[in-house]
Amino acid sequence: MEIVHVYTKLHSEFGRQCLFSDRPAELLVDVPADQSLASQFTQRTRRDQSLQASRDMSEHRVNTKRFESESCGLNHEEGGWPKDVNHQVMEQTIRFRKKVEKDESYINSILQLGSVMEHCIRQNNAVDIYQDCFEDGEMPEEHQEPPSAKTINVFRDPNELKRTVTGLSWHPDGGEKLAAAYSCLEFQKTSRDMSLDSYIWDIENPNRPELSLKPASPLVCLEYNPKDCHSLVGGSYNGQIAYWDSRRGSQPVETSSVEHSHRDPVYKIIWLQSKTGTDTFSASTDGQVLWWDVRKLSEPTERLVLDPSREGNPERALGAISLDFESTMPTKFMVGTEQGLVVSCNRKAKTPTEKVVCTYDGHQGPVYALQRNPFFPKNFLTVGDWTARIWSEDIKESSIMWTKYQMSYLMDACWSPVRPSVFFTVKMDGVLDMWDILFKQNDPTLSLKVCDEALYSLRLQDNGRLVACGSQQGEATLLEISSGLSTLQKNEKSLLAAMFERETKREKILEARQREIRLKERSRSEQSRSEDGGREDIDQSPLQLMARAEEDFYVLTETEKKGKEREDQDLSSEL
Amino acid sequence: MLVEETLKRIQSQNGVQGIIIINSEGIPIKTTLDNASTVQYAGLIHQLVMKARSTVRDIDPQNDLTFLRIRSKKNEIMIAPDKDYFLIVIQNPSD
Repeated sequence: MEIVHVYTKLHSEFGRQCLFSDRPAELLVDVPADQSLASQFTQRTRRDQSLQASRDMSEHRVNTKRFESESCGLNHEEGGWPKDVNHQVMEQTIRFRKKVEKDESYINSILQLGSVMEHCIRQNNAVDIYQDCFEDGEMPEEHQEPPSAKTINVFRDPNELKRTVTGLSWHPDGGEKLAAAYSCLEFQKTSRDMSLDSYIWDIENPNRPELSLKPASPLVCLEYNPKDCHSLVGGSYNGQIAYWDSRRGSQPVETSSVEHSHRDPVYKIIWLQSKTGTDTFSASTDGQVLWWDVRKLSEPTERLVLDPSREGNPERALGAISLDFESTMPTKFMVGTEQGLVVSCNRKAKTPTEKVVCTYDGHQGPVYALQRNPFFPKNFLTVGDWTARIWSEDIKESSIMWTKYQMSYLMDACWSPVRPSVFFTVKMDGVLDMWDILFKQNDPTLSLKVCDEALYSLRLQDNGRLVACGSQQGEATLLEISSGLSTLQKNEKSLLAAMFERETKREKILEARQREIRLKERSRSEQSRSEDGGREDIDQSPLQLMARAEEDFYVLTETEKKGKEREDQDLSSEL
Repeated sequence: MLVEETLKRIQSQNGVQGIIIINSEGIPIKTTLDNASTVQYAGLIHQLVMKARSTVRDIDPQNDLTFLRIRSKKNEIMIAPDKDYFLIVIQNPSD
């Protein structure tokens, strides 16, 4: 049925002013309900439908805002006193108390409660209901759970312009705090707006750093004093060393003078074991290793130039990128250089030439990390280019064990402080690898992608369970590793010792063989030189060298063959 | 006097460190500890007992709280509640 209402207006009336007037309502159409139509419809099942006055969206995500909570203590004050008693006045309170004690109900209830209480006290004294009935001397057999690690917290750089986390250091007492050094290591990428601060984080609170340290120039490395949990020392981008006391606030207590500091960023700084507990030493790519006493940072106490030719010539010095110091061997220390060499030095040497004890030709790129195994100080781990290598102090030619070439550059590594066969590495593709050399040597036991950008630094807490790694965008991630990778296994030490020995022996044999060959070479070349009268050309082109090598080889095989034939002839003639 | 006797008996038990009696408002009536601790215990425990009691009664209105024991690493706090008064004993089990 069509309901039509027609509005008409004369053409001549268009454009005329509208004159509105009231009019009563007019019923135009009245359509009564038709019950016969109801049979065509069925009742729909009731349904609860909620409506919200918001926009319809095809995809939407909501995340609650970060809730910042702060804990603070509550001050207790006496309350509940009746209005007429002033609880400050002793007399009134005493009077009140005496009144209560005289009360009948008080006496009754106390007597009753007293008997109940006595019963329980006696119970406690009779049997300790909370004692451990089943004493387990040892943990039950290892549940062969796959090794895993989970992220606990992420500490983000609160500034707008993110800087790389270049150094991490755990608080020495229990590791509740983590100090992170932030700087931008890319050449000339630091902008003026970049903040210079580094932060100390409380691991429970990732929202706000606990303390910010304000140096004059961004810090590249930062270390807590293992003896004094309040003092920190940091090496900065401009080569200065700064000393903080966390009780005294954000400004450094003292900074070294610019003239006597390094000329390049200080890449590593370590506290030394000394009676005063105030000695540190630092290394930088300007080729110097400087010793400092933090009470007097105006001048270093000692200086060493890393010159492989042992002349102390700063022109030829190697730039130092990493440093290692083991407290069990206080006079020796090792430096990893930009050129890929690892230099072992003795601090107590009398002459500067003896300071540099030996060098290990390690990597094709800078040695970014260097650490001795805390259980086997003769073996140390280095990381640089695309491999991680394990060395033995005695073998200078090559490392005793090495990983295969990885897909991306390794930036940092450290041993686990609880398990001698476990070490961790971080790579430029944001992956944290955990290696257990007793379990698998070709691949990492566990490989975790922590973040999308490169990871620059890594530090394990002393209990071996928490790992902190810092990324290029200023994120420090805290991970907890599964107990399998952080508890000492049976026989681990002895097995690992056997492995290291075996590898060391292998390398020794190889080294000895190499030396033999070289000796033979030299003696032969000397012989031929004396024959030719010194006409041998020293700078031979590679082709000539190869030709000579081939010749030598054939000569050797021929003589061997002839010798063998002669032997056979002798044997047959004997028969 | 009977009250004194009872309290003395309790105090003489092994490991008892302190006794506090508080009334339903949280005012400490009698105590063997120093004032500051007493006030702290009174305030905190009063709230806890109220909460525990209401919990028990919410689950079953016919039920009521008869005793509350808080075992911590260092000691055990035992609370005997009554209609108007609470008796609190802190014990360090010697075993």
